[in-house]
Amino acid sequence: MAGAELGARDPQPERGMLRLVTCGSVDDGKSTLIGRLLYEANLLFEDELLALEADSRKMGTQGGELDFALLLDGLIAEREQGITIDVAYRFFSTGRRKFIVADTPGHEQYTRNMVTGASTADAAIVLVDARKGVVVQTRRHSYLLSLLGVRHVVLAVNKMDLVDYAQATFAAIEDAYGRFASQVGLAHVQCIPVSALRGDNILAASERTPWYHGPTLLDLLETVEVDQARRERTPFRMPVQWVSRPHPDFRGFAGMVAGGVIRPGDRIRVQPSGRETRVARIVTFDGDLAQAAAGQSVTLTLADEIDVSRGDVLTSAEADMGVADQFEATIVWMSDQPMLPGRPYWLKLGAKTVTATITHPKYRVNVDTLEHLAVKRLELNDIGVCNISTDRQVAFDAYRDNRETGSFVLIDRLSSETVGAGMLHFALRRSHNIHWQATDVDKAARAGLKSQQACVLWFTGLPGAGKSTIANLVERTLYARGLHTYLLDGDNVRHGLNRDLGFTDEDRVENIRRVAEVARLMVDAGLIVLVSFISPFRSERRMARAMVQEGEFIEVFVDTPLPVAEARDPKGLYRKARRGELRNFTGIDSPYEAPEHAEIRIDTTATNPEDAAAEIVRVLEERGIIGLPRPPG
Amino acid sequence: MTLSYLDHLEAESIHIMREVVAEAEKPVMLYSIGKDSSVMLHLARKAFHPSRLPFPLLHIDTTWKFREMYEFRDHTARELNLELIVHVNPEGLAMNVNPFTHGSALHTDIMKTQALKQALDRHGFDVAFGGARRDEEKSRAKERIFSVRSARHHWDPKSQRPELWRIYNCRKRQGESIRVFPLSNWTELDVWQYIRRERIPVVPLYFAKARPVVDRGGTLIMVDDQRMPLDPGEAPAMRTVRFRTLGCYPLTGAIESTADTVAAVILEMSRTTRSERQGRVIDFDVTSSMERKKQEGYF
Repeated sequence: MAGAELGARDPQPERGMLRLVTCGSVDDGKSTLIGRLLYEANLLFEDELLALEADSRKMGTQGGELDFALLLDGLIAEREQGITIDVAYRFFSTGRRKFIVADTPGHEQYTRNMVTGASTADAAIVLVDARKGVVVQTRRHSYLLSLLGVRHVVLAVNKMDLVDYAQATFAAIEDAYGRFASQVGLAHVQCIPVSALRGDNILAASERTPWYHGPTLLDLLETVEVDQARRERTPFRMPVQWVSRPHPDFRGFAGMVAGGVIRPGDRIRVQPSGRETRVARIVTFDGDLAQAAAGQSVTLTLADEIDVSRGDVLTSAEADMGVADQFEATIVWMSDQPMLPGRPYWLKLGAKTVTATITHPKYRVNVDTLEHLAVKRLELNDIGVCNISTDRQVAFDAYRDNRETGSFVLIDRLSSETVGAGMLHFALRRSHNIHWQATDVDKAARAGLKSQQACVLWFTGLPGAGKSTIANLVERTLYARGLHTYLLDGDNVRHGLNRDLGFTDEDRVENIRRVAEVARLMVDAGLIVLVSFISPFRSERRMARAMVQEGEFIEVFVDTPLPVAEARDPKGLYRKARRGELRNFTGIDSPYEAPEHAEIRIDTTATNPEDAAAEIVRVLEERGIIGLPRPPG
Repeated sequence: MTLSYLDHLEAESIHIMREVVAEAEKPVMLYSIGKDSSVMLHLARKAFHPSRLPFPLLHIDTTWKFREMYEFRDHTARELNLELIVHVNPEGLAMNVNPFTHGSALHTDIMKTQALKQALDRHGFDVAFGGARRDEEKSRAKERIFSVRSARHHWDPKSQRPELWRIYNCRKRQGESIRVFPLSNWTELDVWQYIRRERIPVVPLYFAKARPVVDRGGTLIMVDDQRMPLDPGEAPAMRTVRFRTLGCYPLTGAIESTADTVAAVILEMSRTTRSERQGRVIDFDVTSSMERKKQEGYF
């Protein structure tokens, strides 16, 4: 082993780091290319090579030759199916840099993995098969790279050995890709003719491509500008992750600098509050620093005692961030469950988590043709432009200006899964122009006039469960006691306010949102509001609950097993649904999510409607919402 | 200013730890006494300076670690004034589970995997830091930094959450827990470079010294105490060896080496032709054994 190669595994600690994402279609030889990089740089260990030889023989994929792909396709399922199904991270170092490689699958349904890998990458290797040239997948990957703001793209034209290293073939692909790259806005593109299998132009310039005078793959990767350098030139940003209070005399704000450079004495602003102060110290374990730059994790102390908590962002006072609660953003949907407009999700941006709802997508982008398509919702792997509204003001940058303060993920509130990723474009001005009008006569005053407390009785259950029957009986009882009520019935509301809505999942969400808003207004008017709606989804019932104050929302689960409800079928709807004449019918081909913690559960197989109504009234008395019935006489 | 790759790795690990502490209800750091744990502990002290570590350390003790590891553990805990919880599976202890009579697979399952679940459940820890790195093994290469485990501590590689930018989803459902790997993007060499740069103390077993070993099918096993049964006619020989990884002494193979300083270890690594896990007996049990163990709840 030569000395230079020995040194390759021991990069000097002061060398930099490059994050890389690789993308290509299934057969472009992506894993082979990475395996080749590791092999050429002598980074494979002997026992790994022995295992690889054994695996290669066993799998027999490369006819006796080493199959580098087996090195990377780690999980059992993948090795059996012969495809890479998830993002895998590999590492190698040269004398000049450490590389973190995110290997992402090129398989159609895995856009989400590609986006994940690209989100942290400084540079990308896009592979194409020299025999096939730029294909639909290549366009898709390139568009995603541009969308995620990956600044440097290497187009590795692979399998040059199979086209006899023909310059014309390479030139045609280079030309076609160049045009497409500028169309999607990729600025820095370099095309390199390679053979991952044979090792051409990977580490050393190949004698088989004498007509190529550009850098080899590794040359390029060792020299492209890392995002770090660019981030330092952007304005100072630091999301506060954690407040350090070891003793009463120290209050430090810990976080990673997300943009620019900061020094003690610099004027900063805290967003979204807007308060201004100066940086006092940059505290680290190794002593105070004279400056800190993007990418460093530090703790700042401030000159003034102002209110700062986790999720706030410290920003340069000169180049401030935007603060808003309504935005336009590009969203990549990553869940099997579609994105439903109007449904509340958690939105995490930097260190801040807020509740957000998303409007109807303005359009979805066809990633193959870049066309804009009108859609009602986003499905798995869809990319769409939407408006987002958050329940609180958040500080943000446009994603193109700062990847860290302009990006967010969406989290499902029930499953806690990450369901979407987003890139902010700009704030919508509307939020500045609509102010809340304060009024003098309030809910308590209005309810007091009626000798009652305002509340919502939310009846949920399958169609035909008996919701309306019981709600009607409750209202009659309350009316008889001189109380002020209003019954919002699902069917009735659909004749008026919600006549424009159908029965798809997104329309059901909007249906409930509107009814919940109306119920909230009526509670504000001091009424006891009875809502009788199927309301099949937990998240929307939770949204309705969140709209009124604690204790004002009483969920009544009218629990009737499906066979019982179907046997009753008072409106003949189940029969229609079973015949296929009604689509999206709850219980048949649309799900009903039963409440887990309803305040009242009525088992209609054991209780008749009159007793059920009496039970509900009793609970209202018990909770002090209504008084006890006046004694006769 | 140019940040070195060690600066980047350090900053990333610190960022990850702070996210956990800000969002977890009751975090804990798994401490295995090895070099990765030493680095992770050092990073944690940096992350929360000047505050104290906002979580305890948990050592899952199989009772079969090297004696020098126990000494190092207790010394470290005392020196740094750490809150250290040591847990031994009481049933395993009662049954006298050991690698010799029960085999490495059963020993590891009862004394490590089951013991870890017991300790996490008993103390109600919802997030546990682990020192695993993605370069260690193929199945680790695909694991997220934040890895959600079911209420039964199982890992499902098919339903991992996408992890984008530096935004970590710390939310979980009732009963679920999260394993967090702040050293995910570090390699073995990075760890050693960092140990050198930061002058982090590690267990002396990592450095070459004459030690009593027996050769078991090509694997050099150190005879660390009287519990080690020797075959008839087998006698420990003094050989100059060191360890690349540390675990239960009967399951950890030594390598012949003269590297007795951090610098020498780094130099040796630059020339080595064998990967790190090669000295670990437990990985040889079945193909893809690590992935299977992880699915069952082994870290």
